[in-house]
Parts: sequence; C-alpha cells; structure tokens
Amino acid sequence: MVIPLHVSGNGGIAAGMRNLNAGSGGADEGEPRFLREEDEGDDPVVGVSAVAEAEGGLGAFALADVSVSYGRDRVLEGVSMDIPAQKVTALIGPSGCGKSTLLRCLNRMNDEYGDVRVTGTIALDGQDVMAKGVDPVELRMRVGQVFQRPNPFPMTIFENVAYGPRTQGIRARDELSAVVEESLRGAALWDEVKNSLKKHAFELSGGQQQRLCIARALATKPEVILMDEPASALDPISTQQIEDTIAELKSTVTIVIVTHNMQQAARISDLTAFMLRESLDRPAHLIEVGDTKHMFTNPDDPRTESYITGRFG
Amino acid sequence: MSEPFSSRRNSPGRTTFRRAAEGVARGLIYTCGWAAIVVLAAIAVFLATNAVRAMREAGLSSMLSGTQWYPTSEPGKFGLLPLVLGSLYVTGVALAVCVPLGVAAAVFISEFADKRLTEVMKSIIEFMTAVPSVVYGLIGVAVLIPFVKDAFGLDSGMTALTGGVVLGVMSLPTVISISEDALHAVPVDLRRGSAALGNTRWQTTVKVTLPAASSGIFAAVMLGLGRAIGETMAVLMLTGNAAIMPTSVFDSVRTMTGTIAAEMGEVVQGGLHYSVLFTVGLVLFAITFAINLAADIVLERQRKRWRR
Repeated sequence: MVIPLHVSGNGGIAAGMRNLNAGSGGADEGEPRFLREEDEGDDPVVGVSAVAEAEGGLGAFALADVSVSYGRDRVLEGVSMDIPAQKVTALIGPSGCGKSTLLRCLNRMNDEYGDVRVTGTIALDGQDVMAKGVDPVELRMRVGQVFQRPNPFPMTIFENVAYGPRTQGIRARDELSAVVEESLRGAALWDEVKNSLKKHAFELSGGQQQRLCIARALATKPEVILMDEPASALDPISTQQIEDTIAELKSTVTIVIVTHNMQQAARISDLTAFMLRESLDRPAHLIEVGDTKHMFTNPDDPRTESYITGRFG
Repeated sequence: MSEPFSSRRNSPGRTTFRRAAEGVARGLIYTCGWAAIVVLAAIAVFLATNAVRAMREAGLSSMLSGTQWYPTSEPGKFGLLPLVLGSLYVTGVALAVCVPLGVAAAVFISEFADKRLTEVMKSIIEFMTAVPSVVYGLIGVAVLIPFVKDAFGLDSGMTALTGGVVLGVMSLPTVISISEDALHAVPVDLRRGSAALGNTRWQTTVKVTLPAASSGIFAAVMLGLGRAIGETMAVLMLTGNAAIMPTSVFDSVRTMTGTIAAEMGEVVQGGLHYSVLFTVGLVLFAITFAINLAADIVLERQRKRWRR
C-alpha cells in the first residue's frame, strides 16, 4: 500500500526534476526525465517525500514495504525507510542480510540479475521508480552505482569517464573534456591522472581504478550514487582515499553505501540502517534505521547493539 | 626408524626418484612440444622436395605470375594465378557470409538469448560441425546452384559465389562458438558497470562487450578463414572448376585445393605435372601459414593492449 505523504500535480514533480543535460537546450525541461513519452501521466505515485521537501535537495528515496524474492525464495521483506538527500546512508548487517539486494532495488539493477521480483514502493523524489512507465536505463543515469570490485572498461581513462556522457548524447570534445575533468576532480583522481588521460585504465592501481569508477558514475551527473562495498577489495590507504572522496561528494549527491566495515559506517555515514536475516527460513528485514551516532552509541534494538559490538555476524 | 620424524619423506632414495620422475616428465613434454614443430617442418620439406622439379623446369616466378593453367597441353602451361585467385574469391565470399552472420549469432547467444534457447542453439551449432562437407556440397548442388543461376540470370550456377556461400555456412560453427566463448569470457562486472551508467543492453554490447572480446572474435574469424581456404570437397562440387582468371564472383573458379584433389589421380608419379601440384600445395601451405602468423601477431599485440 502506498500512502503518499503529499500529493501534488504533475507540475510539482517537474519542478523537482533537475535537467541533467544542462546546456543541451533543455528539450525535456518540465518532463520527468525517466518517463517514456507514451507513458506520460500514467505515473501512479505522485507523493513527494516529506524528507525531500524539508531538505530541499534532490536524490531522496522513500521506501515503503519493499520486499524482494529470488525466484520463490523471499530474501527481503517489509523494508520501509527514508534516505535523505545529500547525506551518506550506510547499510550494515552480516553477509546475506540483503544489503546489496536492497541497494540494487534503488537503481533497478536487480532487473539485470534474472528472476528477481521486487514489491512495495520505492520513490525517488516522489516518483515511483518501479512504475511501468519508468525506463530503468533513464533511472540509472540519475542513480549511479559503484561496484565492489573496480570494473573499469578496457579503454583509456578518458574514455571510461566519457562513457556515460556519450550515452547521454554529449558529443562535443570540449564539453566532454570539461565533464571528464570535473568528474575526475570530484573523485579526487584528477591530480594523479591529468597528464595521462590517454593511458589504459588497467594501468591504474586498484584504488585508482575504484576512484575512476566513481568518476565514471559522477560523469552522468547523478543525484544518487550507490556503493556496494566500494573499499572492500582495497588496501587501507586506498580505502582512506575513497572515504575522503565520499565525504566531499555528499555535499552534491546522495550516497547510499553498503559496508561490512562498521568503523567505516561510523566514520562516513550520517544515517545507518541495520539489516538482519535471523534464519534462512525467514526473509531478512530492517531492524532499525537512524542517526549514525545514535545507532553506534545507543541503539534502540538489542540486536543492533549485539552486532555493532561484535557479538555476532 | 630411529630418527625423530619425517625421515621417510626426506630419505635420499626417495628424493632421487622424484628428481628422476621430474626429469622424465619434463623430457616427455619437451619432446611433444618439439614434435609439433618437427612435423610442421617435415611437411614443408616434403612439399618443397617434391616441388623441386617443377621449380627447376617451369620456374617458380613464371608459375606464380602465369595466368594460364593448361597442365595437359604440349608443352604444359602451369600458371598458378587462376587457382590462387579462385581460392581467394571463394574465401572472400565465405568471409563475407560467415563473419557478420557468425558474430551476430554469437552476440545473440551470449548476450540476448535466454538460457534454454542458448542450450538449444549451441547443440544445433555443434551438430553443424558434424555434417560432412560432401553433404554441404550436395545441398549446394541441389538448392544453391539452380538458385544462383536463376537469381542472377547466369548460364551456370556453378560460381565462386555459390562455393563461397556454402563455405561460409560451413565455417559458421567455428566462428560462432569461438566468438561466443570470447564474449562469454568478458567479465559480467563490465556489463553491469555499463548498465549502471544507463546503457541499454545493445549499447553495452556494442561499446563494451564486443571491443573487450575483439581479440577472441578476431581469432574466431581467422580459424574460420583457415577452414574456408583449406576446404576441398564442397568447392570441388560447387565452383565449376574452370581454371580461368576470374573477373567477378559470378565466374566459375577452380581453387588450389580443388585442383590438387581433381588432378592428383591422373598424373604420372614423379612427372612435371605431379611436381607442379606439389608446388600448388606449397603455395597453399605458405598462404595459410602467413595468415596464421599474421593472426598471432595481431592477437599478441591486442593482448598486450587489453591485459595490463
């Protein structure tokens, strides 16, 4: 059941949409970007989350009763939470508790994983991302993702970052160069690679490759970046750099990060959600979500406290 | 045993035995590796010694530049150019058929088909390799020759085009299965990375997956080419075997392989014609060797570029 907190007309959503192709004439100004033309107006959910309203920023998610099944196996049930804009939200919990699955719901990457069914509502700035009219391809330009292992494309550093913008139709060389530089700066990689943009991405170290992947995600100017254990395959120094990058990014984008590292969650996140699958017979669910400081010092649920203090998981 | 522990494992006899076994194994593997090279060299030497007479009496350069192939006239004219060109025409048509079809089929199987369809298609493709070339030739004779004759208004349907199309189809399984392997080897992370940047499956395939698999696909095409240029029976049945200089793919051609197969039974052992046929074999050998070498060099360069 969807209970929109605040119902507004189409104009209300449109006003909240950022035109991603700034400079390209704004042809689709006033239209929700990921709606296909023919589906215009079909959008069932027009609730704008109270959080997004209050923050005034873009990239706020509101999840209501989200459940996920792999085939007949229900792995995640009844997740309801708000992910505020321009904050870092950490998803923590033991392996197999559905953190990554939940993360992939947000940009509908679960569509790529075969027989996955997602129910409930997930609204991005008030718009249901699972609605029929929503093109996941368009959605993913607004909700970028960084994967667990660095996965640069087998091409040059420049081409890696320019990949997304090219998909969006940016062709002019100087425009691309500007986006590439801006994105690499955003990912704190520019100073290291500015003189070797034509080098193959595989020549970079693991940590640099991961920051390249962050730059690549930034290049489409997303409102949200999802990170699935982005530092778990990296050494401590690279991890530190990624964390610094995240701290800088959160002034402009919403970040949702899955992590196994509780110190990391405590260090970098504003909000923490603790998830748990208590037995294989039952799906995982959200135990509690709240302010990170609160979660790590005085959690409401004894299970959260047990996990955080290392008693299981 | 009086020694404290592990005396048995460290006993000198056992170490000597293990060293000897290691030596024998290494020797065997070395021998096998070298055997392949020796066999290849032996083939080249065998062809060359049998071709010596032709080179001495007809001359290699005049054979390679000769445009007339009349081996039974007096004196015989042994111009190899019509045969070489015949092979190239047929192979060219075969490539034009099997590269687009084969790569497209591989992309479909690897990137777009669901699991069950993939299994079905793979089995069909494996079955295609099991069909003898004579059978392909028969189908070509019954179906393609009349079709080509009517479709292009030719006097005869036995053309380079006919042979090339059938050869292309015959090379398809090789091209498809090796290209499919190459596409399959591209990490799924790359595809997901591309999808997460808002690319459709098709865009991902064109921009990431195909370039990443390009060296494997190139190898597939080269192997398909090797199959096409060496194939004998189907071309013998389909190309009409007129040893004239072809001017288009609608001409009847005679390939190098077809010539050897058709004429070897009728020549005097050790005679000039016999020796010339060995020269044809030597030329064929040199061409395929050069193609494989070129492919290897390209692949090696690619490998250095992609896998740092």
